[in-house]
Amino acid sequence: MAGAVNLLVQRHPINSALSLVVVMASLAGEYLLLGAEFVAAVQVIVYAGAIMVLFVFTVMLLNAGEEARSGGSRVAILLGIPGVVMGAVLVAWTLLHHSNTQAVSIGALPGDPRDIARLLFHDFLLPFEVTSILILIAIMGAVVLASRPEDIARHHHSQSTEKEAPEFVASGKER
Amino acid sequence: MSLLAHSLPALFAQAQAFTPPSGSEYMRILPELVLSVFGMIVMFVDPLLDENRSQKSLGTIALIGALAALASTFFTAQYPGSAFWNMVRVDGFSVFFHFLVIAIAAVVILSSYEYMAVQRIRAGEYYGLILFGTVGMCLMSSAVELVLIFIALEISSISTYVLAGFRRHEASSSESSLKYFLLGSFATAFFLYGVALMFGATGSTNIDAISHALHSGNVPVLAYVAVALMFVGLGFKVASAPFHVWTPDVYEGAPAPIVGLMSTGPKAAAFAVLLRVMFEINAPGRFWLIWVSAALSMTLGNLGALVQDNVKRLLAYSSIAHAGYLLIGFAVLRDFGTSTLGVSAAMFYTAAYAATNVGAFAVVSHFANAGEKYVTLEDYAGLGRRSPMLAATLAFFLMSLIGIPITGGFFAKFYVLSAALKADLVGLTIIGVLNSAVGAYYYLRIIVMMYMREPRGEVPVTSAPPATALAIAVCVLATLYLGVFPGRVLDLATQSASQLLRSATTIGATLPSSTGPAQ
Repeated sequence: MAGAVNLLVQRHPINSALSLVVVMASLAGEYLLLGAEFVAAVQVIVYAGAIMVLFVFTVMLLNAGEEARSGGSRVAILLGIPGVVMGAVLVAWTLLHHSNTQAVSIGALPGDPRDIARLLFHDFLLPFEVTSILILIAIMGAVVLASRPEDIARHHHSQSTEKEAPEFVASGKER
Repeated sequence: MSLLAHSLPALFAQAQAFTPPSGSEYMRILPELVLSVFGMIVMFVDPLLDENRSQKSLGTIALIGALAALASTFFTAQYPGSAFWNMVRVDGFSVFFHFLVIAIAAVVILSSYEYMAVQRIRAGEYYGLILFGTVGMCLMSSAVELVLIFIALEISSISTYVLAGFRRHEASSSESSLKYFLLGSFATAFFLYGVALMFGATGSTNIDAISHALHSGNVPVLAYVAVALMFVGLGFKVASAPFHVWTPDVYEGAPAPIVGLMSTGPKAAAFAVLLRVMFEINAPGRFWLIWVSAALSMTLGNLGALVQDNVKRLLAYSSIAHAGYLLIGFAVLRDFGTSTLGVSAAMFYTAAYAATNVGAFAVVSHFANAGEKYVTLEDYAGLGRRSPMLAATLAFFLMSLIGIPITGGFFAKFYVLSAALKADLVGLTIIGVLNSAVGAYYYLRIIVMMYMREPRGEVPVTSAPPATALAIAVCVLATLYLGVFPGRVLDLATQSASQLLRSATTIGATLPSSTGPAQ
């Protein structure tokens, strides 16, 4: 919690990023307490390790300085704070009164690598495989949307100097 | 994908007893496999071809892929049952939507031929994304596991986000893509949160197990929240009010053939998911959610369309209104498993609307010309005299959107509204009828513009090239078929709807015997 609050309050991006590491690490600790060693390890490796390194690199590459402090809009404050409070109360109330929860002893639920592997490569094999298409699409999207506009302009120019498509000539319009 | 699936069992064979999926299970995801293989072929062939000549051949490969997938749905239909440890289920319902979604993709690819030549956008990624997006949509219609539904939803959404931004040199296209992406991500987050809460409430993400859990005892409050959140996520995807605000901006900026795809394909798939989620698990508290959303969508969509001058924006508002009509069919099933009327009406409506709208956008994208310059209502003035065929087909599609007899739109509206009347939803029916009357005004405005105004000289009119003409012809025939012989498609829809409801009721009554693959 302290890390999360610090993340929002800090004005320098690097400080915020480092507080995020604290948040991730404490989450990992929490998973560990819940008996999910594998998830805790993954949390540390992927989030605190890989993703945070990316964050820090981006911050350094952009050479971002301190953020300017912006006064939040009144509407956001007026609607946001009661909204957050109401949401929190609603969730807490539902959890306390209406979920038929009972205590589960640590280790009773799948958490070790073998269970996870079984879930991932047996029960959930198809979603796992389908995720590869999702990633493929994301890469294609990044390639398309991030390609430099000059490329397209040049490409476009070299094409329009070539023989025009018949319907294009018929339109009699030059772009 | 299939390669990996083959090698994995070998890896895990020594670790534990692992029965690899049988051949018939692969048959059940055959259309998806075919589509992904052809998507990859498109990507592999793209760099091998000369960049200036590649557009047509890549389009042809994609088209062949879509047609092959269309044919393979017939094979898949021979193997009903579930596959991959209860992840997907092939039944009449999923086959219906597979067929619909793949047909939409094929027609959109066909109508993109001309657009690609005029607009000059990267063909390989374009066709690849259409094919992969279709994989997502197909999986959405057959998945019976919320996790898989979520991934499929992401596949279909992300590919449409990217496709919306394909006109790189236009600011409006990037705006469209970014808006769609940001709002869409929020919507999927809502959906995912709903899935998580549903897991919390019932202890499973499998639709059968959820259905069983919700039937067996008192329904936890958490389940109501979960259903509401999932409805928010799916409501965004089908552009129903009050989650419709993105629609006009996104449709305006996106490439016209893609709008034809966006307004039908992912929508049809999201409606399929909505049907499965709402009815198979007998979602608690769904009735008023749907009622309010249907009434709002119809009213806001039609009122918004009245003041539009841009044809793409106008059709965007009209698509919001049509989502509303469609939701009437959903509201009909107030009680669990009572009648198939609402579901089959909604399915028929999806098909009729898809045939009409893809066609309308094919005409619009042909007419919009290079750079999509001609998309305002004024530009359509006098089109009836200058290009009689094109104007006639557009008028036909618009009449179908109004719901005039001999078009598919008529029977679609008729079935939905009569189903609503039979279910005593008089209020919703009245709102629907009033809204159709309002809707007729702005569709007729385009028709009046085309036939009763003097043409403006500077707008070029060209005859449609063969591919576009073929795409439009397919849409006209489909709309006409649904309008003149609605019986067969309706029978099919009724059959699959009763299958859907029967499986829902039997699952509600008995525990699913095993989670192993049904052979």
